[in-house]
Amino acid sequence: MNAQSQITRAPEAGYNFAYLDEQTKRMIRRGLLKAVAVPGYQVPFGGREMPLPYGWGTGGMQLTAAILGADDVLKVIDQGADDTTNAVSIRRFFARTAGVKTTTRTPEATVIQTRHRIPETPLSGDQIMVYQVPIPEPLRFIEPSETETRTMHALEDYGVMHVKLYEDIATFGHIATSYAYPVTVDERYVMDPSPIPKFDNPKLHMSPALMLFGAGREKRLYAVPPFTRVVSLDFEDHPFEIQRWDECCAFCGSQDSYLDELIVDDAGTKRFVCSDTDYCMQRRDLEEEGAR
Amino acid sequence: MYVAVKGGERAIDNAHLLLAKKRRGDTSIPELSVAQVREQMPLAVARVMSEGSLYDPQLAALAIKQAAGDLMEAIFLLRAYRTTLPRFGASAALDTTQMQLSRRISATFKDLPGGQLLGPTFDYSHRLLDFALLADGEQPGPQVDPQAELSPCPRVLDFLADEGLMAREFDEGLAVPDITREPLDFPASRAERLQALARGDEGFLLALGYSTQRGYGRNHPFAGEIRIGEVEVWLEPQELGFAVPLGDIEVTECEMVNQFVGGKGIDAQFTRGYGLAFGYAERKAMGMALVDRSLRAAEYSEEVEGPAQQEEFVLMHCDNVEAAGFVSHLKLPHYVDFQSELELIRKLRKQASEQPAVEEQRA
Repeated sequence: MNAQSQITRAPEAGYNFAYLDEQTKRMIRRGLLKAVAVPGYQVPFGGREMPLPYGWGTGGMQLTAAILGADDVLKVIDQGADDTTNAVSIRRFFARTAGVKTTTRTPEATVIQTRHRIPETPLSGDQIMVYQVPIPEPLRFIEPSETETRTMHALEDYGVMHVKLYEDIATFGHIATSYAYPVTVDERYVMDPSPIPKFDNPKLHMSPALMLFGAGREKRLYAVPPFTRVVSLDFEDHPFEIQRWDECCAFCGSQDSYLDELIVDDAGTKRFVCSDTDYCMQRRDLEEEGAR
Repeated sequence: MYVAVKGGERAIDNAHLLLAKKRRGDTSIPELSVAQVREQMPLAVARVMSEGSLYDPQLAALAIKQAAGDLMEAIFLLRAYRTTLPRFGASAALDTTQMQLSRRISATFKDLPGGQLLGPTFDYSHRLLDFALLADGEQPGPQVDPQAELSPCPRVLDFLADEGLMAREFDEGLAVPDITREPLDFPASRAERLQALARGDEGFLLALGYSTQRGYGRNHPFAGEIRIGEVEVWLEPQELGFAVPLGDIEVTECEMVNQFVGGKGIDAQFTRGYGLAFGYAERKAMGMALVDRSLRAAEYSEEVEGPAQQEEFVLMHCDNVEAAGFVSHLKLPHYVDFQSELELIRKLRKQASEQPAVEEQRA
């Protein structure tokens, strides 16, 4: 067994496999089937109260619970890292209630629950990404009413979104959205890709992995099926572009991964490191092997 | 250097241990028992049961103890437990006219059948700290006549309805939705609205109700009736075909008499707002009744002017477990999103500082 994988433990007594009861899982799976059939469409579902607070990944956890099988290998990341406290807590939750094997290595995982990042390592067709979503409605900050936004989606009335992006350009010279950057899925629905940095948006396009999105508090789920066109909104003269850093990762030297900025001393000296800790580790392992 | 970023399982375990220690406090003081919380903090227990949507004083008291007195945390604990319970049936509608009343007041009639019954209330207490409670003083309470019987207490608003002065409420006979199983859809039915309000945060409903009194959404309420007491819960199991009593629960019910409507061929009549909460929870029931009435704006073709009249606004924000969760999630790391914003703001500023130079060149 890989040192990174934890030993399978017996699930917590007194709770069903992966916490949720089977009827609830069925209800969620039915919602997921609809979501996969209508890519990018927000499906209302009877979200349950989870033993973790709303806003801390209850939507993602319900989807994970609904799709998890005994043979699955689960990876949980928050901000790209496996060791952030909330990722640790959610991974523990499923290790306790489902007894599934967990891993930090992206290629080994069959289900990856994430908050705010898509791994740098390319995903494969036998992997499922589960995103934790705070506000599933991409139009919410333009139109607060759910009744209105549902109508706008039905009519494909997305003019206001383009106006908002245009106003950014008029005010700042750039589109001032750097994360949760809206995308059009399969040329139909405008979708919030969850608060991933726009750096990750291109990874959604034609991905071989199934992408599932769960918003627990808002009781919505949606999906991007494998090999679906996902286009970030832009203008011909202001094409979509992703973040770039002048620096490279202080650990692995990567020049094309998403970097976190650390302040390392009182003088405010900055260092940049990969936000995807597993990717960074893989690169460093390779380097060490190469050195040998 | 990277250590600070790593949370880790040990840190979480230690945090739990520290919390347990904080909850216990000074160990030379005897530990609080769940029974003590249940019996001696009944109003806290009532709030946790109402907003936790589970009538179980023992578990509510346990949740309060476990939450170290943080009622919202206790409500959350009870909700998370409730969600795992199987549903075996829906009770018959409560018949609150048959309540064993401990309190019943009406602000609309000086006297009425059944009379005014003050019962246990803070209302006329002078809010002076009672230092006798600092010493372990016994509070015996008044003499109770075990033979005393309450005369029947018909509902105040029914007298008005009989006279045609109060709009009647009708049971549409539709299946009762369960907002904890099916997501809310707008416009919501009144049954869904009342469920959401019954689970809603007392403080939020109080403030919204208050706002309607101050003019944000027209509302001229009178406390038609407030009754508190024990009411029997009946259930009709499918295999029996008749209803059987399950037991008694304590509830607080409030019916507000509100401004009249009329015109267009309908005689002027009063309207009502309804509030119901588990246990002794007068403030909650009153706030709920005010907000229920203001949310009926569309039904009475009233102009929506205040936040308390906006259904989506009220129902989407009245749940304190949802609100507390989403506000508290701001404590979670947001390094990645913040890094995106840093990158963007630096880019924008860089461009802005370069731009004047370009213009100068042109000049």
